[in-house]
Amino acid sequence: MKEKENVKKLNEKEEIGSTRVKQGLAQMLKGGVIMDVVTPDQAVIAEEAGAVAVMALERVPADIRSYGGVARMSDPGMIREIIKSVSIPVMAKCRIGHFVEAQILEALGVDYVDESEVLTPADLKHHVNKHDFKVPFVCGCRNLGEALRRIGEGAAMIRTKGEAGTGDVVEAVMHARTVLGDIQRLKFMPEDELMSYAKEIGAPYEWVKETKKLGRLPVVNFAAGGIATPADAALMMQIGVDGVFVGSGIFKSKDPGPRAKAIVQATTHYNNPEILAKVSENLGEPMVGINVSDLSENEQLATRGW
Amino acid sequence: MQIGVLALQGAFIEHIKMLTLLGVKTVEVRLPKELKGLDGLIIPGGESTTISKLAVNFDLMGPLNEFAAHNPVWGTCAGMIFMASEADLDQPLLGLMDIIVKRNAFGRQVDSFKANLTIPAIDDGDHRPFPAVFIRAPKLVAVNGKARVIAELLDGTAVAAQEGRWLATAFHPELTDDDRFHRYFLSLIGT
Repeated sequence: MKEKENVKKLNEKEEIGSTRVKQGLAQMLKGGVIMDVVTPDQAVIAEEAGAVAVMALERVPADIRSYGGVARMSDPGMIREIIKSVSIPVMAKCRIGHFVEAQILEALGVDYVDESEVLTPADLKHHVNKHDFKVPFVCGCRNLGEALRRIGEGAAMIRTKGEAGTGDVVEAVMHARTVLGDIQRLKFMPEDELMSYAKEIGAPYEWVKETKKLGRLPVVNFAAGGIATPADAALMMQIGVDGVFVGSGIFKSKDPGPRAKAIVQATTHYNNPEILAKVSENLGEPMVGINVSDLSENEQLATRGW
Repeated sequence: MQIGVLALQGAFIEHIKMLTLLGVKTVEVRLPKELKGLDGLIIPGGESTTISKLAVNFDLMGPLNEFAAHNPVWGTCAGMIFMASEADLDQPLLGLMDIIVKRNAFGRQVDSFKANLTIPAIDDGDHRPFPAVFIRAPKLVAVNGKARVIAELLDGTAVAAQEGRWLATAFHPELTDDDRFHRYFLSLIGT
């Protein structure tokens, strides 16, 4: 009898919402492309093209820019429709610090919440305490300090911010190089300088130590913001990120299906220029784009987040 | 000995790390020519739709089947789906194993879990339970022909199968520190 009870205990489901399970999904997304979609039809095109997940949004960042006003979490009805339309994971965005939007997204059954600077921040000082949730979170960063603050708050995945809705990859490159460069320097830093370094970059000491030990971010790190072509995706992969988010770059281009598929293939074969050349052929017009250098400071989304 | 890990998308680095710790040489496989000279192949977790589409796009379906005819192959999660003969959703499958799978069988990400399983096939003699991590995992709905169930949850749900030198697990041994499943797979090589 006692033995039977032990067996029962052995097989019980544990760790629902644990760090390992939350980070585990991000590990399964690696080497893949996560695409912004605004309708179930677009979600199906993304899945058909080989996306590893979709980000359900009311407006892609390029449109958020041109509409102006306050950008909020998308309509739950629309998110539900997108969840129903595909078999791949569905992510959705909440405003920075808006933990009730995050609660709603968790209740809807989204697979990842993006606490995103693309939406208008709800709190100018605090991000969501992500440890409170069973659903995992992905957060943006521009440097190692910001990444480790988000991980300290419970983010299970990080993406470098780039500048969303521009189609200009320059900021994505800068943020990825900054994070990876910070980690390189940390790797060779003497142990006795770590506390001071943690203070300098505003990062939790324990996570600074862990990052040094691992020689990489403690969670999966994707690139985002301005990726518009297969070459852009491969560039970010060669720089050293684990995968890419493509926002406006697909559905603001002339022919989204083939472009989406080409970006997926380029992300897999990022180190093979012959394949990159082949998949980049005849994709039609990319999204028009805005030069990040033409944006005024208050038009830059990447500066949101604390 | 040289083991390939299908590196189209997903958690291939986790498998490579585990194999490296076991002293095994590994190769990332993205194109058919990279299967040459390998003694076994692991198909990792990831998104099964993505992996199967890329396999079709880069003409891997035939070569993978041919390779599997003579060598051990192990699929974890998405890899298990890819090896199945039938799934509940329409997508390209290798059809290697006589198993039918259901995708996302335990719910969405908020339902992902760990369970400690008793798996006689990989037991070292100390009866330690195996920490099985299920991420948006599939399950086996039918195990036919020569395929056999080798692990199940308490409620009888089949979550791992073996057919000769082919293995399929709905869970992710590569996300744990427990290398018994990897060692078991290596033991199938050269048999």
